[in-house]
Order: sequence, then C-alpha cells, then structure tokens
Amino acid sequence: MGNRRKLLASLAALLSFILSGVVSASAELNMRPGVTETSQSAYDLHMMVIWVMTGVAVVVFGLMFYSFIFHRKSKHPKPATWSHSTKLEFVWTIIPFVILTALSVPAVKLLIKMEDASKPDMTIQVTGSQWKWHYKYLNEGIQFYSNLATPRSQFDEVGKEGETKGENYLLEVDNELVIPVNKKVRLLVTADDVIHSWWVPELAVKKDAIPGFINETWTKVLEVGTYRGQCTELCGKDHGFMPVVVKVVSESDYKTWVENKNRERIVAEKAAAEAAAKSWDMSKLMALGEKTYKDKCAVCHKEDGTGTPPVFPGLKDSAIALGPVREHIEIVVNGKAGTGMQAFGSQLTDAELAAVITYERNAWGNDKGDKVQPAEIQAFKAGN
Amino acid sequence: MKEQVKKDSNQQLVGKLLAIVAGMFFFAFALIPLYDVFCDITGINGKTKGKALYPASRIDLKREVTVEFLTNINRGMPWEFKSMTTSIKVHPGELNEVKFYARNRSQKDIVGQSIPSVSPGEGALYLNKTECFCFDQQRLAAGEEIEMPMKFYIDPDLPEDITILTLSYQLFNVTEAVKASVGETR
Amino acid sequence: MSDHHPTGIKRWLYTTNHKDIGTMYLWFSFVMFLVGGAMAMVIRAELYQPGLQFVQPDFFNQMTTMHGLIMVFGAVMPSMVGLANWLIPMMIGAPDMALPRMNNWSFWILPFAFTLLISSLFMEGGAPNFGWTFYAPLSTTYGPPSTDFFILGVHMMGISSIMGAINVIVTVFNMRAPGMTLMKMPLFVWTWVITAFLLIMVMPVLAGTVTMMLTDRHFGTDFFNAAGGGDPVMFQHIFWFFGHPEVYIMILPAFGVVSEIIPAFSRKKLFGYSSMVYATASIALLSFIVWAHHMFATGMPVAGELFFMIATMLIAVPTGVKVFNWVATMWRGSLTFETPMLFSIAFVILFTIGGFSGVMLAMAPVDFQYHDTYFVVAHFHYVLFPGAIFGTTAAVYYWLPKWTGKMYNEKMGQLHFWLSMIFVNLTFFPMHFSGLAGMPRRIPDYNMMFSDFNMLASIGAFGLGLSQLLFLFIVIKTIRSGKKAENKQWEGAAGLEWDQMDTPAPYHTFSTPPKVS
Repeated sequence: MGNRRKLLASLAALLSFILSGVVSASAELNMRPGVTETSQSAYDLHMMVIWVMTGVAVVVFGLMFYSFIFHRKSKHPKPATWSHSTKLEFVWTIIPFVILTALSVPAVKLLIKMEDASKPDMTIQVTGSQWKWHYKYLNEGIQFYSNLATPRSQFDEVGKEGETKGENYLLEVDNELVIPVNKKVRLLVTADDVIHSWWVPELAVKKDAIPGFINETWTKVLEVGTYRGQCTELCGKDHGFMPVVVKVVSESDYKTWVENKNRERIVAEKAAAEAAAKSWDMSKLMALGEKTYKDKCAVCHKEDGTGTPPVFPGLKDSAIALGPVREHIEIVVNGKAGTGMQAFGSQLTDAELAAVITYERNAWGNDKGDKVQPAEIQAFKAGN
Repeated sequence: MKEQVKKDSNQQLVGKLLAIVAGMFFFAFALIPLYDVFCDITGINGKTKGKALYPASRIDLKREVTVEFLTNINRGMPWEFKSMTTSIKVHPGELNEVKFYARNRSQKDIVGQSIPSVSPGEGALYLNKTECFCFDQQRLAAGEEIEMPMKFYIDPDLPEDITILTLSYQLFNVTEAVKASVGETR
Repeated sequence: MSDHHPTGIKRWLYTTNHKDIGTMYLWFSFVMFLVGGAMAMVIRAELYQPGLQFVQPDFFNQMTTMHGLIMVFGAVMPSMVGLANWLIPMMIGAPDMALPRMNNWSFWILPFAFTLLISSLFMEGGAPNFGWTFYAPLSTTYGPPSTDFFILGVHMMGISSIMGAINVIVTVFNMRAPGMTLMKMPLFVWTWVITAFLLIMVMPVLAGTVTMMLTDRHFGTDFFNAAGGGDPVMFQHIFWFFGHPEVYIMILPAFGVVSEIIPAFSRKKLFGYSSMVYATASIALLSFIVWAHHMFATGMPVAGELFFMIATMLIAVPTGVKVFNWVATMWRGSLTFETPMLFSIAFVILFTIGGFSGVMLAMAPVDFQYHDTYFVVAHFHYVLFPGAIFGTTAAVYYWLPKWTGKMYNEKMGQLHFWLSMIFVNLTFFPMHFSGLAGMPRRIPDYNMMFSDFNMLASIGAFGLGLSQLLFLFIVIKTIRSGKKAENKQWEGAAGLEWDQMDTPAPYHTFSTPPKVS
C-alpha cells in the first residue's frame, strides 16, 4: 500500500513537473502577458484555466494510470462486477459544473470590460483590403496604407536561393500605426473586399474586418514600444503577408509625429504636382514603372507579366495592355469589382501610375510604344 | 404478411425522416429573414432600420451625443465619396441634416448603393433616418457629381453609456447587378 | 449456401449486402485518408522552415482547403458509416440494413463526389482556396471558377450522408431482434443513432448554405453580399449551425467504439450505461446552441458572446461524465493491453487534452487570443486525429478478426500504435505553443520565432504519415495470411456478434433472429 502511494505521488509529481515546466519555461512557449490591462487580465485568466485543467488532468490521468498498473490482469485477475453508481455519477456531473461556474465568473467580468469602447480619447478607422491595412485618423485627418515591408526576395525561394531574412521577417510594414501611450484609442474596423481580422497579441485585440459593416474595439497601451501582429482571417492568396504593426509612443512624440505627417503630406502633394506638370521621357517612365510594377503588381501578375490565369490574368499580349490607353488607366486607377484588382488611384502617385501603365504597355514584348504622362492621370482623376 | 408490415413501417419512417430533411433545408433559408428580424429587434449587427418618421418628440437638451460619419469605398467602385461633415454634436430628439458628396470619376455610367452600418451596433436601434440616399440606388453619368442629404434624429431613449455613435457608409458598385436584374425582368 | 454471393466487379457494383458496403466504405475512407494526408505532407513540408520553398501561397491555400474537406467528408465521415454498416446489423441481430438498395446508392455517390472535388485541382484557376469553412465573400464573389464544382461535390456528399443516416435510423428502429430493447443496445449503436439524427438535421442546412452560395454567384441573389443588403456574417452563422454539430458527428461514433472496447479489455461491464446514453444525447442537443463560439471575433454584442460562452462551457459537463465513466470502467477491472485497447486508452487521454483546450477556447475573453491561431489547429486535431481516427483504428483492430476470420499480428499492431502515439503528439502538441506565441493559422510562411515548433510538427507529421502506411500493410497481411481467429477472439468481448456468430461473420447473418437475453 505504501509503495503504491509513493508511486502514485511520484507519478503525479512528475506529470505536474512536466506540465508546469512546459507552460512557464519561456515566453516563446506561452501567451505573452502583453501591454494593456485587458491583455494582462486575459493572460491571468489563461494561466488560471491552464492550472485548473492541469489539476483535473492530474486527477483523471492519475486514476487511469493507477488502474493500468494495479488493475492489470496479472495483478488483478478477478474484475469487479459493479457497473453503476448513481451517487458517483451524480458527483461527477456536479464537479465539472462547479469548476466551470467558477471559471466563468472572471471570464464574464473581463469580457464585459473588453467590449466597453465608450469614452475614447481618439478614434482610428482600420480598413483591411487584399493584402494591406489602411489607417485613417478621424480627428487628425491623417490616413495611409500599411504594406508588408519584407521584400519578396526574402521569402520567395521556390527554385531559387532566398535572401537572408531580417529579424522582423514578415512582421514589418512600411507605415506603422502610431498611437500615444496611456490613451484610450477606439478602433473602427472594416474591410473593402473580403473578411480580414486585425490582431495584435500584445494588445489582446482581435476584431474581424467585414465588408459593409463596422466593428468597434479599443485599446489603451501602457508601455511605449512596437507591437506586431498579423491578419488572422483567411483572406486569399497573401493572407500570410499582411502584418499589423503598432508603434506606441509618448504623447509628445505623438504630437510631433502628427505634425510631421501633415507636413510630409503637403510636401508630397507639391512634389506630385511638380512631377505631373513635367513631361517624362520614355526611359524614366520605364525605370519608375518597372520598380512600381515589381513592388505592387508582380505579386499577382508575375514579374514576366504572365499572371496566373484565370484569377490573375496575364498582361503580356493582353487586351488591356494592348488596347486603348483610357481603359488601361481606368482599370489601374479604379480597380475591377469582384476581382483581386484593386484601385491603385489612391495608393500610388500620378507619376507612379503613369510609369507603371507605360511599363505594362511596353515590357515583355508588348510594343505599343506609347507613353502615359502623369498629367494624363491627373486629368483622368479630375474626370476630364 | 409480416414482411409487408415491416416494409410499410420502413416506408413510413423514411417518409418522416425525409420530411425532417426537407424541413431543415428550408430552415437554412428561413434563417436569413429570421436573423434579420432578430437583428432589427436587438440591433446586433449594426444595420440601421428603414425610413423613419420624425415624431417631433421631446428634445433632450441636457444630453449631447457625438455622431461621426465615415465613408468607405468598396473594391471596384470608381467614385469619390465623402461626408461633408466628419462629426457633429447633437441633442437626442432633434432633427439634423448632413450632406454627403459623390462624384463618378470613371468614363461610364455607374450605379451605386450605400450600405449603412452603425457602431456600437446597439446604437442602430436609436438612430432613425427620415431621409437618406441609402434608401435608393444612385446612378451617376461619367464625371457627374451629386450632393446627397441625409436627415436623422437620435431617439431620446438612447442608453446613457453611449456618447459616440458612428455611422458608416460603404459604397458598392452595383451596376452589373442592376443590369442583370433588368435583363431578367425583360 | 448462405455464403453464396456474386463475384468479381459486379459483386461490388450491385451489392446490397451491408458487409460488402461497409468494406467499401472503409477502403474508400482509407484511400481518402491517404490523399488528404498527402496534402497535409505538402503543407508540413512548406512549413518546415521559414520562406516559401515548395509551393506558392495560392496553392498552399488550395492544399489547406482540400485537406480539410477531404479529411472531414472523405475520410472521417465515411469511415464511421463503414463501421455502422458492418456493425449495426450484427449488434442488434438484424439480417441486413433496412434499406439495402439505398445503401448501395449512398456509397456509390461518394467516389463520384470526390473525383469531382479532386479534379478541381487541375482546373484553370485551381481548386477551392478559401478554407474548408468557405467564408463568404471570399468563396462567393472572389471564389475561383472551380467553386461551382465544389458546391456540386458538397451536395453529393450531403445526399450520401443523409441517405446513410436514414438507413441507420430505420434499421435501428425497425430491425432489432426480439428482446433487443433500446436500452439493451450496445453503446456504439446508440451513439450512431444520435449521430444519424444530427446528420439529418444539419446536412440539409449545409446543402442550403451551398445552394445560397450558388445563387449568389450566378443568379443575382444577395444572401451574403453586403451590397444587396445581405450579410457575410450571416454565412458564418448558417455554416456553423451545421459546422458545430458536424464536429460531434465525427466524434460520437468514436465514443461508441471505445465504449465497446474498454469494457472488453477491462473484463468488466461498461460503467454507467444509461448515463452514457443520456450524456451522448445531451452533447448532441447542446451542439445546436453553441455555434457562434466560432465567431467571437466577428463583433457580436456582449449578450450574445456571454450566451454562447456559457452554453459551450456546459458541453464539458456531459463530456466529463463520459470520461469519468470510462475511467470507472477500467477501475478494478482486469486489464490487458492489446492494440485496440491501446488505441482506445490513447483516445481517452488525448481526446481529454483536446477537451481541455476546448474549454479554454470557449472562454470568449481569452478566445480573442487563441482564435484563428495554431492553438485552434492543435485543439481540433487533438479531437480529430487521436479522437475520431484513433477510434476508427481501434475499431478496425478489434473487429478485424470477426470480419475476416483472421487475426492481425499483435506485435506489429502495437508497433503501429506506439509510432502513431509518439508522432501524433510530436505533430500536434507543438502547435499549441506556436499558436500561443502568435502564429495565425492558414499562413504559408512565418517569422523565425515560430521556427522550432513548426520544424518539430513537420517531423512529427512525416512520421505520422509514414506510420499509417504500416497500418495498411498490417491489414492487408491479415487478410492474406493472418492466423485463424476464434469465434470469440477477445476474452472480455460481449455482444451478439461475439456470442452468437461464427468467425468470420458469414455473408448473410441472422436470417432467423437471435435470442437476446
């Protein structure tokens, strides 16, 4: 009997040792506590459930292993004959019920807190589209797209050698969402094509972005820093390549950032206007066009312009690239409904648009020979 | 004799089970209107109601609610579309008017449909529109522009904890769908 | 004379014999298991290390979609129907299934449905790539042309499952031997009847969903299209109204299997038979009111989240009762550990682990952190692989002697078990960690911080895949050259098929009803 108990105790100790080792060994293994009150509460709840479940596991599996050892045929040749006990069955209906009720109390409290987006300090609209995020600061009048910054050459290794991957491989963007620390930021999440989901683990915020509907959520970050997450709802081909990066800065840094952003916009507008006023020669258009094409278009239409028909049609020898300029401009600027073709009118400058269209009409053996000038794009957008 | 009884009872049971199958198939379709009714009552998906009448009810001057207006353009909609007011403060019960602006930037006639969505979803129950461009589709010729008014009032019964209401319009290009349905009716 | 049957291809094409049809179902599901498994190998090969080495993202998405569809509808569900066909008539003392011709038809639809589905891989634009959950509008407005073939394929599988389910219900209600009262039926029969009711309740809903998709795509309706006043979230509600009971459709028959096997090798009656029946029924009932726990992130109001959270947690109560009853069955029994028992014990332990992560996922405020990450992938593979698939494997080892009259090689069976046990954990346990560390599901490439666990999971998956080939080898070897099996191969086995039937089970059994004591 003494031996049995010892064995059982050591078994239980071993099991709990393994489990506790596993859950607390390193941050890589476990959920991160995060940097908001809600994320920390979620982490605490998570740990609590893990421990409760570990306890249940030790008891249930302990009993099973006790049976395996001491009730095996060689040790226990005569099986018992009972097969029913109302009392026992009642007890083990009640016990899980009690445990679950106890677990649900903190869960309900936390949930109600998480869903309370009232009285925010500022509001940002988050729009998901294939495969990038767009942020619009409602009060500051700032808006920008946030694209994956990891170059394709780092991940596309099919049949070729990939470049060395950076530390934030696939978790870096060209424009981060910048928010001030210790402010309640309300996020209005929506999408303009398919469903996406905006997730930053450290903030414990995950909200689906649904076309035609807006969803509300909020966060109040307690620590300055950069926090990385990803889209978590399958949204097509490049679902794995649309990270979310939130840069949390002090209040004064945030003010500076807003000022800079506004100044930048004025400078960029001026530059764009100047570029549009100039007449560009072919080589310059083709150079900028090639760069823009590789950046934005090659994802679907392939670098050699062959695409992956029928979903992503090829541009080489295509009716669009060899047809009337007007229609070509229209599809690039406005996109095409119900397909993966986005409206690039607001994502690229007039010069880039003109260059990329010129490039598509003259690359890969397409030989229209015509040039599209930034001024034409400007005129097109103005509706002339 | 006994075989026949068995066969009959088999057929009866199969008949009943097939009725369940058919019932469940239609239940799937019935879920759509059921869900809409459910949402109308609870406002859970933030869809606003149809046209409301302004009851000239009491105006709660003590309370102020911020109403924000957002606009989104769905993929493939070549219009410019914006709200001419980003946000206003209103008293519950008073009738307000805001204007939206749209312009067809493309070279073709386009039919647009705006879909409203309110956040928090519960607020949708208290945001009543007496006049809205979203009740109809808009057809704009190439380059045409339009100013669209929207009149609304907030129900004074709006729960106390809601201080900001966001009304978002997403604009969809429905030209193809309209063309298809016109073709069908012919 | 009673064993007379046609031979050659005609035997299989025209057969109305429940044993032949059961055999075909089982072989078909095994073939699909290998096909779906091969796709899993492509997925794991691509995820072995960061970077895209083998396939492009779009093809990766086709693989995850097809892997899910084939495993759910092609491997797990038909394998359960195969077991039902073989066992239910034998267990309730019936000569055959009640509707034998329909039985033949419901099987023969399947090869065509899956040929159609798999052929979409070779179509222009590729196979469906929107995940096995095919959320709108990705699958409607943005779906590839092959989506229509997918819809037709789903309709055919649905019709097949519904016919199978009707057959089970009619057989159990009308064909029991005299004296075989409902509460005397083996638990496997009970779990299957309840599964069959779930099937006829939810497969039509799935059929409705894909029909709406079809009309949205081609006939101008706007069920799920926001532009026409529809709602993409509505799609998820209807899908999961089917989808959650579907989860129990895949697992309940496996509950039944282990409830037969554990008592046999404990040489003790199943503990708490009636509470097992009630627990199964309450799991089935609860499964209809928990669907939206898959949708906590879609922006439901708090009240909805609370309801679905509490309802989901409640499912742990009847599930707990089942686990406790299995433990109590073994308690003070007289245990031996042959291959079927090993698989059944692994089922109980690993399914319980899947249940624990299930309770965690049910809790909405933390679910925001788990949802759509590898934690979810780990969870449902724990309930499906060591759950449903170990259950079927245990059943095959347990009844193979009765079916074929030959005994499998016990040493090889145990080797198969230990390889599966080690590799299944090596594959799926690390996924908990990569999920908690923040890796979303359905991504073809990932940051280096997830590398270690993905590498482990991939190694495990290759091992797991290979060890299932050993299973194929063992079964074929048994059929061709296994030792002769006893009428009652297992000392503790009980039930009509062991007590009142020759081994191998004759082609036609119970032409005169057996006596049920």
